[in-house]
Amino acid sequence: MTTPALHVKDLRKTYGNGVEALKGISLTVQPGDFFALLGPNGAGKSTLIGILSSLVNASGGDAEIFGVSIHKRRSDAMRLIGLVPQEINFNQFEKPFDICVNQAGFYGIGRVEAMLRAEKYLKELRLWDKAHHQARMLSGGMKRRLMIARAMMNEPKLLILDEPTAGVDIEIRRSMWQFVSGINAAGTTVILTTHYLEEAEQLCRNIAIIDQGRIVQNTTMKSLLSTLDVETFVLDVSTLPASLPTLPGVTLRVIDDHTIEAEMSRSHDLNSLFAALSSHGVTVTSMRNKANRLEELFVRLVEHGRETAA
Amino acid sequence: MSNHLIPLGTIVRREIMRIMRIWTQTLIPPAITMTLYFVIFGKLIGSRIGQMHGFTYMQYIVPGLVMMSIITNSYGNISSSFFGAKFGRFVEEMLVSPMPNWVILLGYVTGAVVRGVIVGALVLVIALFFTDLHVAHPLITVLSVILGATVFSLAGFVNAVFAKKFDDIALVPTFVLTPLTYLGGVFYSVDLLGEPWRSISMVNPILYMVNAFRFGVLGVSDVPIVTAFVVMLVFVVGLSAVGLHLLRRGVGLRS
Repeated sequence: MTTPALHVKDLRKTYGNGVEALKGISLTVQPGDFFALLGPNGAGKSTLIGILSSLVNASGGDAEIFGVSIHKRRSDAMRLIGLVPQEINFNQFEKPFDICVNQAGFYGIGRVEAMLRAEKYLKELRLWDKAHHQARMLSGGMKRRLMIARAMMNEPKLLILDEPTAGVDIEIRRSMWQFVSGINAAGTTVILTTHYLEEAEQLCRNIAIIDQGRIVQNTTMKSLLSTLDVETFVLDVSTLPASLPTLPGVTLRVIDDHTIEAEMSRSHDLNSLFAALSSHGVTVTSMRNKANRLEELFVRLVEHGRETAA
Repeated sequence: MSNHLIPLGTIVRREIMRIMRIWTQTLIPPAITMTLYFVIFGKLIGSRIGQMHGFTYMQYIVPGLVMMSIITNSYGNISSSFFGAKFGRFVEEMLVSPMPNWVILLGYVTGAVVRGVIVGALVLVIALFFTDLHVAHPLITVLSVILGATVFSLAGFVNAVFAKKFDDIALVPTFVLTPLTYLGGVFYSVDLLGEPWRSISMVNPILYMVNAFRFGVLGVSDVPIVTAFVVMLVFVVGLSAVGLHLLRRGVGLRS
């Protein structure tokens, strides 16, 4: 049997102020996976990541990184992890090259090798031209990429990305995902938390949704998305007819003079909808999902979890 | 041990780079301050005081002022650097690494001792413009510098761990370190004090550091030299234990 990249067993955390951030979380991530860890703000994601990276002391339970306990063999476990935290946490007065070389040094990597790696990852993340400028001069997106380069210095087997694209423009976000997808394809296990659910949907194969310190869903992305039985489409139309067609299994709503919303079962075909609209003289100029599919599921699961808890 | 040399060297190198990067804050101010001490206390006032333990007043106060520079700069270096790392959250770079706590502590202490030694050397060179000095016991001189700087580096580290804002790292130097330094025999021999001030002075650890260094340079001391080294070693061991305990518990560092 393959040793999991991450095996979390009944992990608990109660902060000094009495807040129970994790209420016994268990989770397994297989090697080579691209795993999404999603949840609303304050759900416990960052606490979980904090415990895994030894920045937060657990109140109970254990976690193993490739079979190595973070409590019993902390140093060995930390060698296997690379962390890209949510907040900027490098010395802004240092240069990106030095930040990367020093990080390698903290992992016991010799200076010559560290310098080679720093050059490699700064180039791959398109930061090489800024390598010898003070880090405070970098833009927000560059700072995020620098934290990824820094996390790669020990060439971890498990890379944890805690909302790495927060506040980053779409172009840089895409280049970041290209890089992370590349290292995942090369064998690095990736755990991602993000509020951009379309990213999680596109990139991740497995998913766990955490809310109020508990895992409310843990499955493959494919099977999770297949549970979504109703979808809502927004249709941009040239003109509105006097009355809308009636179709079994489809609810049509007029939003404004040029927009119709269609809520329909996933099993319902779109051709009949277009045919019905066309017979009423409606020309559809464009169409999009009202919300990201994962986003819809996410909201439902979290709301359902809270109703159950209440 | 050998596999910890690279992380240790990385911290020390980073600390030295920091000292050099902001040399106008770390090296120049103590040199200027001590020059003023030499001019005012050594030259102007000292010429009216006469000899002390067989030395001119200027010669007598040089070891004390050098040790004072070493102590305050070691303390100031580690407290501002480690608190800065906490404040900027880049201390997390080390906390998430496989480095053991003792390497973090030793790295920061070594960096602080290096600054203390550089500043001490600068002050000593400046002193040579004002008076002649011949080191009586070189080994004792070196050991007292390293131990004295280590004691106050460790104390500065503890201060930085507990500090929540920059004001907190200025409180101890202002209200504890400076008074203890001035009352630690830098400018006078405690033999001149009457009771109970002499006895009170004897519980001041800085007195032992200043006198150990003075013995090394001039060959005279107000306290037995063995006692001075025992006091410094006790403080090194005690404060190291406190520092490691704080790191292990993650006080002010881990949630």
